Amino acid sequence: MIAIKTNNLCKHYKEKYAVKDLNLEIQDDELYSLLGVNGAGKTTTIKMLSCLIKPTSGNAEIYGFDLINQTQPIKQLINVSPQETAIAPLLSVQENLEFITEIYGFDKEKAQQKTRDIMETLQLTSIAHQKAGTLSGGWQRRLSIAMAIITEPKILFLDEPTLGLDVLARRELWDLIIQLKKKITIILTTHYLEEAENLSDHIGIMNQGQLVATGTKDELLKLADTHNFEDAFVKLSHAGGIL
Amino acid sequence: MITFVFAKRNAKEISRDKISLIFGIVFPVILLLLLSFIQSNIPGDEGPFAIEKLAPGMAIFGLSFISLFSGLLISKDRNSSFMMRLMSSPMKAKDFILGYILPLIPMALLESIGCFVCALFLGLQWNISILYAIIASLPAALLFIGIGLLCGSLFNEKQVGGACGALLTNVSAWLSGIWFDVALVGGWFETIANLLPFVHAVNVGKLIIAHDYTSVIPELLWVIGYAIVIIMIAIYVFMKKTQK
Repeated sequence: MIAIKTNNLCKHYKEKYAVKDLNLEIQDDELYSLLGVNGAGKTTTIKMLSCLIKPTSGNAEIYGFDLINQTQPIKQLINVSPQETAIAPLLSVQENLEFITEIYGFDKEKAQQKTRDIMETLQLTSIAHQKAGTLSGGWQRRLSIAMAIITEPKILFLDEPTLGLDVLARRELWDLIIQLKKKITIILTTHYLEEAENLSDHIGIMNQGQLVATGTKDELLKLADTHNFEDAFVKLSHAGGIL
Repeated sequence: MITFVFAKRNAKEISRDKISLIFGIVFPVILLLLLSFIQSNIPGDEGPFAIEKLAPGMAIFGLSFISLFSGLLISKDRNSSFMMRLMSSPMKAKDFILGYILPLIPMALLESIGCFVCALFLGLQWNISILYAIIASLPAALLFIGIGLLCGSLFNEKQVGGACGALLTNVSAWLSGIWFDVALVGGWFETIANLLPFVHAVNVGKLIIAHDYTSVIPELLWVIGYAIVIIMIAIYVFMKKTQK
């Protein structure tokens, strides 16, 4: 089943294209990574697909729903973990989780149950009553991701989830993402090539708003005729003629 | 349902911001006490700060801090990734707007009640008109909440502090007749003051306390009109800014 299918999706600001003629097809329950240098169009793509900004032209279907005209049912299916941690700083960890669960329509009792469960899974129980704004960066990121997965989305957008995390925190987050794989569709944007290599089912390489290559890791290596993924990334970006 | 969930979150965020609370509720009461002491040292019954006139004025002055509360909260949300999370959730425009407005109404009422209770200790005679004055301050409360919503939608946190915390509190105080009768200045100052809603909002309270109920309606309509217009503009600007 196709989770996301875009059709010549474009976003431009005045003369400048942030995303140009994007044609993507992402399967149900796969992890698809979008790779690219700064300004490649990864975050703009995520913002369009998560109904945060309207495309200038083109369209997309998300589980059969039209991105332009059926945003409300799409919003019920998705959740986002933005690049920066997205938490309510003066609410406790538990309150943040209960709040976002109730926003997605779960009743109070269910929200409390789900909060207890996710806090246990992500080892947040010991800081349940601590204000989110007082947590360290790593814990805030963990809470932010917990808030994204607690609502049981069918599609989870993770925009550079490990940016600024230390090695241990990054590895812990990878483990969590691996646990989520095959249960939900995950769209991951990252600068870290090894992250995409290790976690993804499929990888798309973007540059200057365009998708220059897409495939599995092995397909991309073959396409670039190399054994090193970093070399493949550079070569394929060059092959797009726009690096 | 979602509206109330969001409103509850906002109420928690505001009530946990201690500095804003001190400014919003304690500061007007301190001013009321100070000005009453000044009044007590003026011989005779007539003075600029007679409690019957000062209490309704201070209740309205305190509402300007409600603008600061709402402006800061909205600005903080708007300029953080938290808004991105909310905008991609099933929340609708009405959930955002009502969720921001609703928790501030009881806070505004609490601020008015605090001022009048303090005024009772300072010599204001209790009668039912005090209750009417508190209820009649609601349109003014909505006006100030709307100004906060507008400032929070337009400015960043620092700018909201300047616009609502410094500019609005001063302008609304000078042009409301709390500290002095605007007719004493006269000319363009009085004209501007009468065109703006602040002096009318204070007059509503003063007239109700003086049991002059028939004169209240035109003053109240002036405030209601401004409240509606400002809230409509604020909603439009908020939606435009968040969709950007």
